[in-house]
Amino acid sequence: MPSVMPAEFKAVSIDYLAVLPMFLVVAGALVGVLVEAFAPRAKRHAIQVWLTTGVLVAALVVLAVWSRDHQSITLGGSVAVDGVSLFLQGTLLLLATIGVLVMAERFGGTGSDAFTPMGASTPGSHQEDAATRAGYATSEVFPLTLFAVLGMMVFVSANDLITLFVGLEVLSLPLYVMTGLARRRRLLSQEAALKYFLLGAFSSAFFLFGAALLFGYAGSSDLAAIATAIRTNSGDLEGLLLPGVVLVLVGLLFKVGAVPFHSWTPDAYQGAPTPVTGFMAACTKLAAFGAILRLTYVGVGANRWDWQIGVVVIAILTMVVGAVLSVTQTDVKRLLAYSSVAHAGFILVGVLAFSQSAIGGVMFYLLAYGATTIAAFAIVAMVRQDGSEASHLSQWAGLGRNHPVVAGVFAFLLLAFAGIPLTSGFTAKFAAFAPAVESGTSGVVMVVVGVLASAVTAFVYVRLIVLMYFTEPAEGVVALQPSVPSTIGITLGVAITVVAGVAPAVVLQLANNASQFLL
Amino acid sequence: MHSLITEGDAMTAAPATGAASVAWLLVALPLLGAAILLLGGRRTNKVGPALATGLSWASFGVGVVVLVQLLGQDAGARAHHLTLWSWVPAGSFDLDLGMLVDPLSVAFVMLITFVGSLIHVYSLGYMEHDPDKRRFFAYLNLFVAAMLVLVLADSYLLLFVGWEGVGLASYLLIGFWNWNPAYASAANKAFFVNRVGDLGLSIAIMTMFITFGGVDYATVNEGVAGANQSTLTAIGLLLLVGACGKSAQFPLQSWLGDAMAGPTPVSALIHAATMVTAGVYLVVRSHVIFDAAPDAALAVAIVGAITLVFGAVVGCAKDDIKKALAASTMSQIGYMMLAAGLGPVGYAFAIFHLLTHGFFKAGMFLGAGSVMHGMNDQVNMRRFGGLSGAMKITWATFGLGWLAILGVPPFSGFWSKDKIIEAAFVGEGWQPWVLGTAALVGAGVTAFYMSRLFFMTFHGEKRWTDDVHPHESPKIMTVPMMVLAGGSAFLGLLLAWPFAETAPIVSWLAPVVGEHGEEHPVLAVPVLMGLTLLFVAVGIFLAWRQYWNEDVPEVAPRGSVLTRAARVDLYQDAVNEGLFMRPGIHLTRSLVYVDGKGVDGAAGGLAALVGGFSSRLRRLQTGYARSYALTMLTGVVAVLGALWVIQ
Repeated sequence: MPSVMPAEFKAVSIDYLAVLPMFLVVAGALVGVLVEAFAPRAKRHAIQVWLTTGVLVAALVVLAVWSRDHQSITLGGSVAVDGVSLFLQGTLLLLATIGVLVMAERFGGTGSDAFTPMGASTPGSHQEDAATRAGYATSEVFPLTLFAVLGMMVFVSANDLITLFVGLEVLSLPLYVMTGLARRRRLLSQEAALKYFLLGAFSSAFFLFGAALLFGYAGSSDLAAIATAIRTNSGDLEGLLLPGVVLVLVGLLFKVGAVPFHSWTPDAYQGAPTPVTGFMAACTKLAAFGAILRLTYVGVGANRWDWQIGVVVIAILTMVVGAVLSVTQTDVKRLLAYSSVAHAGFILVGVLAFSQSAIGGVMFYLLAYGATTIAAFAIVAMVRQDGSEASHLSQWAGLGRNHPVVAGVFAFLLLAFAGIPLTSGFTAKFAAFAPAVESGTSGVVMVVVGVLASAVTAFVYVRLIVLMYFTEPAEGVVALQPSVPSTIGITLGVAITVVAGVAPAVVLQLANNASQFLL
Repeated sequence: MHSLITEGDAMTAAPATGAASVAWLLVALPLLGAAILLLGGRRTNKVGPALATGLSWASFGVGVVVLVQLLGQDAGARAHHLTLWSWVPAGSFDLDLGMLVDPLSVAFVMLITFVGSLIHVYSLGYMEHDPDKRRFFAYLNLFVAAMLVLVLADSYLLLFVGWEGVGLASYLLIGFWNWNPAYASAANKAFFVNRVGDLGLSIAIMTMFITFGGVDYATVNEGVAGANQSTLTAIGLLLLVGACGKSAQFPLQSWLGDAMAGPTPVSALIHAATMVTAGVYLVVRSHVIFDAAPDAALAVAIVGAITLVFGAVVGCAKDDIKKALAASTMSQIGYMMLAAGLGPVGYAFAIFHLLTHGFFKAGMFLGAGSVMHGMNDQVNMRRFGGLSGAMKITWATFGLGWLAILGVPPFSGFWSKDKIIEAAFVGEGWQPWVLGTAALVGAGVTAFYMSRLFFMTFHGEKRWTDDVHPHESPKIMTVPMMVLAGGSAFLGLLLAWPFAETAPIVSWLAPVVGEHGEEHPVLAVPVLMGLTLLFVAVGIFLAWRQYWNEDVPEVAPRGSVLTRAARVDLYQDAVNEGLFMRPGIHLTRSLVYVDGKGVDGAAGGLAALVGGFSSRLRRLQTGYARSYALTMLTGVVAVLGALWVIQ
C-alpha cells in the first residue's frame, strides 16, 4: 500500500515592503484597541485621532516611497501588489484619512459628535441617560475604521477567492458596527445596522457559493489559475463556470450598491452616523470596484461574452433606478444614497469597457467621487436644527442666505456630482465613458443611458441648489462651525474636487500609468 | 483683386522665450488690482486708486519690454506662443489655453496699456470726489485685464472669454452711476444689443469647432484651405455679426450713444479707444477666413461703409457733446471696418487708423470730460461757446485731436485715413466707386460735424448758463490730455514715416496679415488726396459759417427732415422697436403660449413621468429586510436564468 508522503513544506516568500502598509494599518488598529481599554477617558479621543491619522498617513508614505518599487505577487500568491492595487490602496488611505478627520468632529463636546457615548446601551434607557450625563465618550470607531481599511486594502489586492472573501468579511464586520453607532436617532441607526448585516450576510453567502463553484470548475481558487482554466477550456465541470461567476459578482455588486442589490444603501446611508456614511460611500465603493476590476480583468474575463450582457443590464438598471429614485427623495442623506447608486452605475460602465484606459478611468473616478462624497457628507453633518442633524430637504431651504460659505461649498460639490465641467465629476465621467464608447455597441448604449441619467440627477442637484439660494430660510436651522480637523478634511475633499476638474492631468496620468495588473 | 497680392508666409508661433514668456503678467497685474480692490473692501479705499493706476502702468512696462524684444528679432520670428493651462495634455480631448504674442497683439497691448494707464491717471482727478471711486478703479483694472485677454488669446475660445469680460466691465461702468434709472437702462441696452453680437460669435466658434476640429488660431488657419466655401462664408458672416455688436456697427450700433451715460473716462477708454475696436481686431485676426471667403469680406466692407456715413450724419445733428463724439466713434470704426473688409490691401491700415484713432478720440473724450468738469457736468453744446479763453490747455489739446480726425496734414489722421480712402478706391467694377465715394463723402461730413463740435464748444459767442464759471482742469487731468494730444499730432507721422521704403506699421504687421503688392486706385493718388482735402475744407468752411460766424441758437431749431432724423439716430430705435421689439414681443407671447402648452407640457409631462415612475419605484423600498432579500434573490435568479437562456 503506497503511503502518501506529506508534501514538502515550503516557506512562503513574503515581500515585506510590498505589504508593509497593510501591516501598519493592522498594527495601528490593534494599538487602538489597547488605547480604548487602557488610556484615560479624557485623553482617549485625542490619542485615537492622532494615532489613526498618523497610521494612515504613515502607511500612505510607506506605500508611495517603498511599496511602489516592490510590486510583486506575494504572500504565497494570495496578494498581488501591482499598479492597480497600489493606486487603489493609496487612494483608500487618502480617503480614509479625510474620513477620520471628519469623524473626529466634536463641535465642542467631549467625544466625537456623531457617535453614541455608549453603543451597548438600549436606546432611551436609563443606562443611556446615565452615560450621556457622565460625559462618556467612546472612541472605538477609530480602531474599527482601521480594521475596515485593512479589509478594503486586502480586498483590492486579493489574488485568490479565499483572500477576497477574508477581505470582504474584514471590511464588512466593522462597518456593520459603525453603522449602528449614531448618537442621535439611535433606533434608526441600529435598525440600519441590522439590515445591513443581514443583507450583507446574505450576499456573502452568494459570494461564497459562487467561489465554491469556481473552485469546483477550475480546481483552484487562484484568479490566474481560473483564468488559465477558462482559456485552455480545461475545466472539468463546464456548467459550474457561469453560475460561479455570476454569484461571485453578485456578492461584489452588493457592496457597490448595484440594482437590484442596492436596497440596503438608502437605509444604511440614512441610519449610519453621517461621517461614517461618507466613509462608507467612498471607501467601500472603491474597495468593491477594485475587487470587481481584478476579478473580471484578471480572473474571469476570458469568458466575458457569456456573462457580460447580464452586467450591462445591471449597469443600466443601476443608473436608471438610482437617478429616477433620487428625484422623489426628501432627505439629503437618502438623496445622496441614491446618487451613489447612480454613480455605481456610471463606474460600472467604465469597468465594462475592458481596456487599459478604462482601468485608469475607473480608478480616477473612484478617487474623485470619494473625495467629493466625504466632503459632502461632512457638510450634511454640520447643518443642525434644535441640536440634531437637519437632513430633511425643507430644512435646507435658504441656507445660502445665512451661511453662504457652507451652502456655496455644498453647491459646488453637488455640481461635481452632476458632472459640470471644471469639477472632478466631469473629468471622471469623461474618463470612464470615453473608453466605453470605444468598446462597442453595448458601451455606446450604456453611455447614452448614463448621460440621460446624469441629466436627471443634475436636475435633482440643481433643485437643491435653487432651494438653498432662492427660497426663504427655514426657521432655526444653523450650520455649526467645524473644528480644525474636519475643516482640513473638507478642504482636502474640495481641493481634490477642484484640482481633478481644473488640472486633472497629473492624477489622470498617475492612474493611467498604474493601470497594469500583475498576472 | 489684383494678382499682385502676395500672401505673407504663414508665421508659425514658436514657444515664448525671454520677455514674451512672462507675457501673462500683462493680464495678471491689472487682474490682481481688480481682485485686491474688489475683495479688499473699504480697507483699500485710500490706496486703491493709486494701486490700480500703478498696476496698469506696470502692465504697460511689461508691454514695452515685450515690444523691445520683438523689435530685436527677425520679422518672421516675432510670434511667440505661451501655453497657460492645459486641461488634459495627453488625452483624447485636449483643451489648451494660451497666449499669442505677435506684432498684431503687441500693437494692441501698447494701445490698451498706454491709453488705459493715462486714463487711469486722468480718472484720479476726474473721479476724485466720487464716494465709490475704489469700485470704479477696480472695474477699470478689470477692463484692462479682460481686453488684454481678448487680444492676447491664442484661440477663439479664450478670445470669447475676454470678449465677455470687456462686455461685463463695460456694462458695470456704463451703469456705474446706477442710481440714475436712465443710466441703468442704458447699461441694459448695451448689454442686450451685445448679446445679439455675442450669439453670432459663439455660433461662429461652434461652427469652427465642428468644421476644423479646434478653435485655436493655428488649427483654424490650417483648416481653412480644406474647408468648403459656403461654410467659410457662413463663419465669416457670423464673425461679422459678433464684430458689429461689439464695435457698434450697422445695424447693431444703437447702444453706443446711450453708453455715454458712463463716466467720461470710461467713454474715452472703452467706448472710443479700445473695446469698441475689438470687432476690427476680430476681423483682422480672422483674415485667413475672410481672405478665403470674399463674399463675407465684401459684407464687412459694406457694413463699414454704411456705418461710416450713418455715424457721420448722426454726428451732424447731436447737441450733446459726448453723443456727437460717440457718433463720430461709430463712423471712424466704420472706416476701420471698411479697410478690414478690403482684404490684404486694407488690414494694416485698419489697424493703423485704429491706433491713431485710439489716441485722438481718447484725447477728445478726455477734453470733453474736462469741459464738463468746468461746466458743472453740462453736455449741451448749445450752452457752451467761447471756451477757448477759459480753458486754454483743453482747447489746444482738443484742437490737435480735431485736426487729426479731420485728416489735416501732417497730423495723425491724415496718414491713416487717407490710406483707407485710397484703398477703398482699389478694385474693379462698381466696388471702388461705391465704397470709395462713401469714404470720401464721409471725410467731408466728418470735417463738418467735428468742426461744428469744436466751434460750438470753444469759439463763437458765450452761451453759458448763469451758474457756470468755466475753469481749467487740474494738472492730473490735463497732463494725460497733453500726452494724447502729442499722439494725435505725431503718432501718424511716426508710424507712416513717409521717408522709409514701406511704412513702419505696414512692415510691422506684415508677418501677421500678409503683404500686398503695389495697388492702383481707380483714380490717381494725388487726385484722391486733393479731393479729400477739398471735401474737408468745404466741411470746415460750412461749419465755420454756421457755428462760428453766425449766432448759434440756444434752443435747437426744428431743422430739416434729415436733421430731425439724425437727432434720433436716424430712427434707429424706432426701427428696432418696429422691426424687432414689437414682432419680438408678439413672437415671445406666442412662444410663451406654445411653450406653456407644448414644451412645458412635454417637459412637465416628462418630469411628471419620471416623478410618477419614481414614486412607484419608491414603494419597492419598503423598509423590510425580508423584501430587500427577496429583491436580491429575484435579481440573481433573473440574471442567471436569462444568461442560461441566452447561452
